[in-house]
Amino acid sequence: MKKRKRITLLAFALLSAGVIAACSSTNADESEKEETSQAAEPIMAVGSSAMQPLVEAAAQQYTKENPGSVISVQGGGSGTGLSKISEDAVDIGNSDIFAEEKEGVDAGSLVDHKVAVVGMGPVSHPETGVDDITTEELIGIFTGKIKNWKELGGIDQEIIVINRAKGSGTRATFEAFALQGKEPIDAQERDSSGTVRKIVSETPGAISYLAFSYFDETTTALQVNGVTPNRKNVESNEWEIWAYQHMYTNGEATGLAKELIDYILSDEIQETLLVEMDYLPVTGMKVERDAEGSIMKK
Amino acid sequence: MSAKMKDQLATAGLYCIVGIIITILAGLLGFVFVRGIPQLSWQFITSPPQVFKEGGGVGPQLFNSFYLLVLTLMISIPIAIGAGIYLAEYAKDHWTIRCIRVLIEVLSSLPSIVVGLFGFLFFVLYMDWGFSILSGAFTLSVFNLPLLVRVVEQSITNVPKSQREAGWALGFSSWETITTIVLPAALPGIVTGVILASGRVFGEAAALIYTAGMSTPIIDFTNWNPLSATSPLNPFRPAETMAVHIWKINGEGIMPDAAAVSDGAAALLIISILFFNITSRIIGSLLCKKMSAN
Amino acid sequence: MKGVQMMAKMMKEMEHPLYKKSGKIRTGRIGKWITFLSVALTAAITAAILFLVFSKGLATFITNDGSVKDFFTGTAWNPAEVNSFGKPIIGALPFLLGSLAVTGLSALISGPLAIGAAIFMSEIAPRGGKRIMQPVIELLVGIPSVVYGFIGLSAVVPFLRNMFPGSGFGIAAGTIVLSVMILPTVTSLALDAIQSVPRSLREASLALGSTRWQMICKVVLKTAKPGLMMAVIFGMARAFGEALAVQMVIGNASVIPHSLFEPASTVTSILTMGMGYTVMGQVENNALWSLALVLLIMSLIFTITVRVAGKGRVR
Repeated sequence: MKKRKRITLLAFALLSAGVIAACSSTNADESEKEETSQAAEPIMAVGSSAMQPLVEAAAQQYTKENPGSVISVQGGGSGTGLSKISEDAVDIGNSDIFAEEKEGVDAGSLVDHKVAVVGMGPVSHPETGVDDITTEELIGIFTGKIKNWKELGGIDQEIIVINRAKGSGTRATFEAFALQGKEPIDAQERDSSGTVRKIVSETPGAISYLAFSYFDETTTALQVNGVTPNRKNVESNEWEIWAYQHMYTNGEATGLAKELIDYILSDEIQETLLVEMDYLPVTGMKVERDAEGSIMKK
Repeated sequence: MSAKMKDQLATAGLYCIVGIIITILAGLLGFVFVRGIPQLSWQFITSPPQVFKEGGGVGPQLFNSFYLLVLTLMISIPIAIGAGIYLAEYAKDHWTIRCIRVLIEVLSSLPSIVVGLFGFLFFVLYMDWGFSILSGAFTLSVFNLPLLVRVVEQSITNVPKSQREAGWALGFSSWETITTIVLPAALPGIVTGVILASGRVFGEAAALIYTAGMSTPIIDFTNWNPLSATSPLNPFRPAETMAVHIWKINGEGIMPDAAAVSDGAAALLIISILFFNITSRIIGSLLCKKMSAN
Repeated sequence: MKGVQMMAKMMKEMEHPLYKKSGKIRTGRIGKWITFLSVALTAAITAAILFLVFSKGLATFITNDGSVKDFFTGTAWNPAEVNSFGKPIIGALPFLLGSLAVTGLSALISGPLAIGAAIFMSEIAPRGGKRIMQPVIELLVGIPSVVYGFIGLSAVVPFLRNMFPGSGFGIAAGTIVLSVMILPTVTSLALDAIQSVPRSLREASLALGSTRWQMICKVVLKTAKPGLMMAVIFGMARAFGEALAVQMVIGNASVIPHSLFEPASTVTSILTMGMGYTVMGQVENNALWSLALVLLIMSLIFTITVRVAGKGRVR
């Protein structure tokens, strides 16, 4: 009888002890960190979901080569990444747009590391009968002026526009460089590239836009003004729809964050992992672009 | 049409409805299993996921799901049992108690996404735990409490009054009666409720995306020191659960076999929940037998 | 002197074991307090959630100067921009309508199915029905919403696309997924309501010569009506707050759809989609919190309706 009573009390005691321990172990963690500052501290990179696979893969490889270092990579979107890094709440903020382009982010203390380039392009359902369009036609489709593929010489099929969510870096890039800043119509929105690809491949007449890494045989990557979306054309800026992948640090990068960024920028990663994943090495670019979108020859 | 005809028609109609429901369930399970079971292998269940290559598994995610579940239950069960005891035994019909009951009901009908956002603001940002197992476990506890409190309260209320009177007659204080007579008698109901709640926790994703996070750092399953950063037990590491993983690879997965992984993970998730359901029935009936034999 | 002796005597008497408070009473007190604290904690958490969501959700209207009227009647949603009056563009009407549509329609579909199943389990075939249906219902409860969304995306949407014009995404797809999702919840609550109808009423009705169906219609359902209402409302509350499954199949277009097979959006789908792309404290983010506030107010309304509906229950 007594035993049961004790068990109940014990459960409560354990619970409160657990809570206290949980609260105090953060402090314990910190003191431990100070002692072992020569071993790399765990770091946290947060932000763009489009960059997450790249950073995660690089972090995995880095950890394999340097056991004991801990890098956690979180998605959450470029907005989250930028606001978290400007609050100094994380070690690296991943973003596929320039910090200057995002309202409400104090870009002052942020240091930009452009680690890769991502090319994007319009994709459509494979059976539209169209594989090359002009910029005007593209703008016409996304602003709702052109409603049927037959107007472009394709089959008689209604055009279904699929957008990315407002605030997504891919959408911002596409609007700026493919639609020349025109606002697209209110259409279906998706918050991730994977879903966009799935829907475009399954829905007759659908059109949307994707990063090169999501191109595959299930969708048709359209040529724009006769230019093929590929690495060579992005590097020479003939294909204008591309964006940098930024890793921001608050102040100069230090410790493991610096190690990781340098590792991603090293030739070994730029020419292997990046290319395997269909990103473009930032080292191969023949031009440079700034936050205002103006182009400079390297 | 005579009343008798109507009666027969209605009965036939009801049989149809039940048939529809069973067909739906069979269809759902069939769909998930036919696509998912072929993907399942020991290697799939134990190996870590691949970012962009084929052949990844869901080992860490499976572990995270269970670990989060255990932590959540450790946090929420004591509180729920306490609250259930109070509401069933001590609470008078006073306006404050009525208010509290309304609040608990509101909590139970809150969309899980709202609870998740609360967890994000409070545990992740304000308490500064970041995206971590701890934030996730606390958020899920909040999400689970109202359901558990209701289960505990119901089970305690269902214990016949005569049992309590017997306890008092033997000179027990009311607290002793509750802890030694009423709680054990209510245990079968509580266990069943807890296990069903576990199923809910296991499949929850919306509340976890912004609290426990969407990735798992490389963890070393040979390191069981909870304070070390690479240990699977470290409560301050981000942890992606099975349900969140399904959500993520359907959205962002660039591995060529993303669809296969997602099918396999869905099947695994449903199998785990089947397992919870079956154990809850077995444990419930065993406890029932044991208690009533005493 | 005498007084002191008296005092000493009193003290002695006080030390007599019968005057002592027993340890049992003390543990009892402590126990009562601990249990009360757990109740208070649960209530406090809810209050904290209410406070946080209210304060963040109202910021759109207070600090960003958004107009409440626009929020409930406007059809354009672009919080980052300002309209000609210099107020953020926060027309949430399409989402509100979308949420109400999928919620209402799924209640219409799954309500009758669930009540039918509950009647079957309690009146027609109590033994067999229970043995087969109980596990079925419990299993349906256990299937995670992510899996529902995933099945909706791979089975329901293509099916609708082939049967009807349009892309298959839209209110119809959302309704189908939600109907199946809330079916088990509604069924088990409806079953409770029907089983709480006293046996004597049923027997009286049959004794007066009514058929089983007349008895069910005129006696059981009538008596259980408040409880059945409660069950359906509870299911609606779940449907209204469901996020991921709906987001996968609804299409997420912030326009008011003209048919059930055109992309629409719900409050939850916009909320989950936008959260990661916005910056804390900015107007876009506050506007999303306002949507969360709408969800919260709706669940308050549902809770109150349930309580009012439950007032008439047969005990």
